[in-house]
Amino acid sequence: MPSVPYPLAFAAVAILALAVSPHAQDTSERPAWQEHGIKPQSPDSPFGEVVSGLYFRSKETQAMQADDFNNPGFLAVEQGEDLWSKVDGAAGKSCASCHNEAATAMKGVAAAYPKWNGKLGKPVNLEQRINICRSGALKAEPWAFGSPELTAMTTYIRNQSRGMPVAVKVDGPMTPWFDRGKALYYQRNGQLDLACASCHEKNHGKYLRADFLSQGQSNGFPVYRLRDQRLVPLHERMEGCMQDVRATPYKPLSDEFLALETYVAWRGLGLPVETPAVRN
Amino acid sequence: MADVKPRIKLDKKDVAQGGVIEVKTLVSHTMESGQRKDKDGKTIPRKILNTFICDLNGKTIFSADLESAVSANPYFQFKLKPEESGTLTFTWIDDDGSKIQATEQIKVS
Repeated sequence: MPSVPYPLAFAAVAILALAVSPHAQDTSERPAWQEHGIKPQSPDSPFGEVVSGLYFRSKETQAMQADDFNNPGFLAVEQGEDLWSKVDGAAGKSCASCHNEAATAMKGVAAAYPKWNGKLGKPVNLEQRINICRSGALKAEPWAFGSPELTAMTTYIRNQSRGMPVAVKVDGPMTPWFDRGKALYYQRNGQLDLACASCHEKNHGKYLRADFLSQGQSNGFPVYRLRDQRLVPLHERMEGCMQDVRATPYKPLSDEFLALETYVAWRGLGLPVETPAVRN
Repeated sequence: MADVKPRIKLDKKDVAQGGVIEVKTLVSHTMESGQRKDKDGKTIPRKILNTFICDLNGKTIFSADLESAVSANPYFQFKLKPEESGTLTFTWIDDDGSKIQATEQIKVS
């Protein structure tokens, strides 16, 4: 390169160095999510450490979730508690008519969902299970997905398992659903051509623009999202992810999301149920 | 709004004269800002809790005006130095004039 005089080349390098140094990355404000997790229960788990989404959020958000009074998710728990003993439908019954106290009857129940339903020949999640009770035993109208009532009842029942480990079963008749969920998890979608795994498996603990990526665990759902200022059920959150990658989302309570819910629950086996969690 | 049950927590209900009580309140409300539009492009009318008042035996001891930027499910935390025993009344006033109310008994000895 005889045409570039030496002093000029040197100056260019010096300016470049100046431009870079003020942008040296400061990582002190990143949530310290490492070593807050558990050892994976399955040898097939893709994670070295399974970490709840809680530890990927700011200290302030964690504090809000930790205090049962400040946690706005408890507004839904209280609503669910009222609905539990409210008579509804032609049978003149409430949930409490059959199940009595939720605190004893529902303890640990939700941690095992989605669960195989022999009568239907497919797994059902908690929302679907609630509506089976409503249209069956209560002879009442099933609640629409996303309605405040269904989300509140789901939150209330899952809250009875708070602190207990996620214990979904994926063997036996659940195997094909697990496999389908796994295939969907690694399936690239949308204009951005991203799979669930692209963010939540390969890049958790890094920023995607302003968002600090978690492992995409489902143990806190339904979660109180500060962005939406209300409780968001899991399938709505999955819809949101699919929209974000510019894909056409599957429908809530569809077989696709059910399979995905099953598989995602398996990825978080052993994590404590946190419902109602607080997320941003 | 009649079925809204506010959440209220006092760190203690029994204080000595000059003692301080920390009050926390959380109430369920959508706080529709009046800035949003529905699917047809029509503005969703504003509907927020515009006032919060805390009375002790009918005398206002804490109040706040809320504006449309306040998030859903507004939360208040404040400290009181009550001079007499009695009933704390918490009132939230909606844009439509309806009220959400709750009471707590405190004792000053």
